[in-house]
Amino acid sequence: MNDFWIILVGALVASSCSVLGCFLIVRKMTLIGDAISHSVLPGIVLAFLITGTRDSVPMLIGAAALGLLTVFLIQLFQSSGVQSDAAIGIVFTSLFATGIVLVSLYTQQIDFDLEHVLYGEIAYTPWNTMTIGGIGAGPKAVWIVGSCLILNLILIFLFFKQFKLVSFDPSLAAAMGIPVLFFHYLLMSLISLTTVASFDSVGSILVVGMLIIPAATAYLLSDRLSRMILVSIGVGILSSLIGYYSATVLDASISGCMVSSAALLFGLAFLFSPSHGLVSRFLKRRKSKESHS
Amino acid sequence: MNILDIITDPNTRWILLGTMFLGLSSGVIGSFAYLRKQSLLGDTLAHAALPGICVAFILTGVKSTSFFLIGAALAGLVAVFLISVLTRYSKIKQDAALGIVLSSFFGFGIVMLTQIQQSEYGNQSGLDTFLFGQTASMVMSDVYMMMTVSFILIFTCTVFFKEFKLLSFDPGFAKGMGLPVVFLDYFIMMLIVAAVVIGIQAVGVVLMASLLITPAVSARYWTERLHIMVILSGIFGMLSGVSGTLISTTVNDLPTGPLIVLSATVWFFFSMLFAPKRGVLSSVWRRVSTKKKYSLEQERRKGSHPS
Repeated sequence: MNDFWIILVGALVASSCSVLGCFLIVRKMTLIGDAISHSVLPGIVLAFLITGTRDSVPMLIGAAALGLLTVFLIQLFQSSGVQSDAAIGIVFTSLFATGIVLVSLYTQQIDFDLEHVLYGEIAYTPWNTMTIGGIGAGPKAVWIVGSCLILNLILIFLFFKQFKLVSFDPSLAAAMGIPVLFFHYLLMSLISLTTVASFDSVGSILVVGMLIIPAATAYLLSDRLSRMILVSIGVGILSSLIGYYSATVLDASISGCMVSSAALLFGLAFLFSPSHGLVSRFLKRRKSKESHS
Repeated sequence: MNILDIITDPNTRWILLGTMFLGLSSGVIGSFAYLRKQSLLGDTLAHAALPGICVAFILTGVKSTSFFLIGAALAGLVAVFLISVLTRYSKIKQDAALGIVLSSFFGFGIVMLTQIQQSEYGNQSGLDTFLFGQTASMVMSDVYMMMTVSFILIFTCTVFFKEFKLLSFDPGFAKGMGLPVVFLDYFIMMLIVAAVVIGIQAVGVVLMASLLITPAVSARYWTERLHIMVILSGIFGMLSGVSGTLISTTVNDLPTGPLIVLSATVWFFFSMLFAPKRGVLSSVWRRVSTKKKYSLEQERRKGSHPS
């Protein structure tokens, strides 16, 4: 049963991250996920210091607030003339540094495992269960990440046209009367919510990997946004399955293995994708050369 | 501890010297990275160092800084190569390539780290402190290494200043002039690898990016000329290194790496607010004074042409 829960949590994280990752890829903002997953640290620490509990609800709120602050600051610096990648770098490093300083200032009061927050282990999720009305309802992570996934899917489905237009051609979207900034912040809020909800249970490396790699794989396999989203969900779920079983064989970190198998799938797509793969393009070129000569 | 004690304490003096040179050299090379829109390359390379360090540990079986540095540098070179392959041979853009390499290398590194933990090597605690950065554990030989690498970095940037400048602003023109653009491209990235490798030990994986980015962005506020920007960026980096180290030695239990980063951030905010021309305050002042001038003129016009 534990196997099932871990794979389920991994698949849920993978699908909710990769749906959003597709939009990040086409908007060329992939590293924002990495930034958010680091800069929420002071929010988590502050929530812990204020409430004094390790309950996940205040921590989620604190982290989500910091996620939005990160996005806001990046936007602010960018509009004042700093290049976007540098703005991302400045914001997340300074917030992360603030978090570490806070942890070391209050290290006596907090029993705070920095490593656990950053490299949280998906293997422990089956034991952190929740009960609803006295009945065991399975691991908490399944509920948190699952509701996140449902929220993402509903919003993306409802506003698919708007999100698509805003990502590909923001000026056209603005001319058509779509509130571009609103959809930008909506997408960013979904990303920070998903990041925070997932890495509370599985650690940041899995979240960052799943935001970027499956979506990039799907980007190489299809030319339509809707199909790309479906493919990336498939790749995400597949890599969490392969990752889990390879982790049991190797006896290694499950999150690490899930990311590594996603990377492996990406490598396969890079080489053998029917339309954009390295090998298929090479073969095509040779064929056309032969037909010429 | 007051300032005098710190300066005279030989151990702190070494660390101070190390962080000073680290800030200087990463500030200098960071300005080129910033102009070439490769600021986050440092972040990727720092994360990519993890599997390199693990391989170095598995192969040699000892926790030695120099082997770790070699492993990290080799992993960085592989990462640089993969990033350029990804962007050149597929439609993947630079930012996604950086993200893919960052997360897959780090994920793979975590797998290896857990393998090492469970194998007969036993205690791997040295590996993760290396990743989080521990300035206090730096010894004299580390500082010598940092100084040598920094010196090489600064020297190279001075010698190749003209080529790097051309490459940063107009790579197409540089190619037309007959410069080996691809080689120079790899060369700059290799210099960034070197800066990252010496920096990881002092400030850790996550915060290394900051030393490359923040001083360069701060310097950009003050000037429109590249050589002044590079010098200023080096100075900002050096000041951040020194002030971060000094604060962490006077206040107990505060880690040096994050304090260096926060000092760099303070310099960034200072530059953003007070820089002439590009700063926030000066642009506000300009707007207000233009408005005032305009309304004065309007009034004068009204006075002279009563309609």
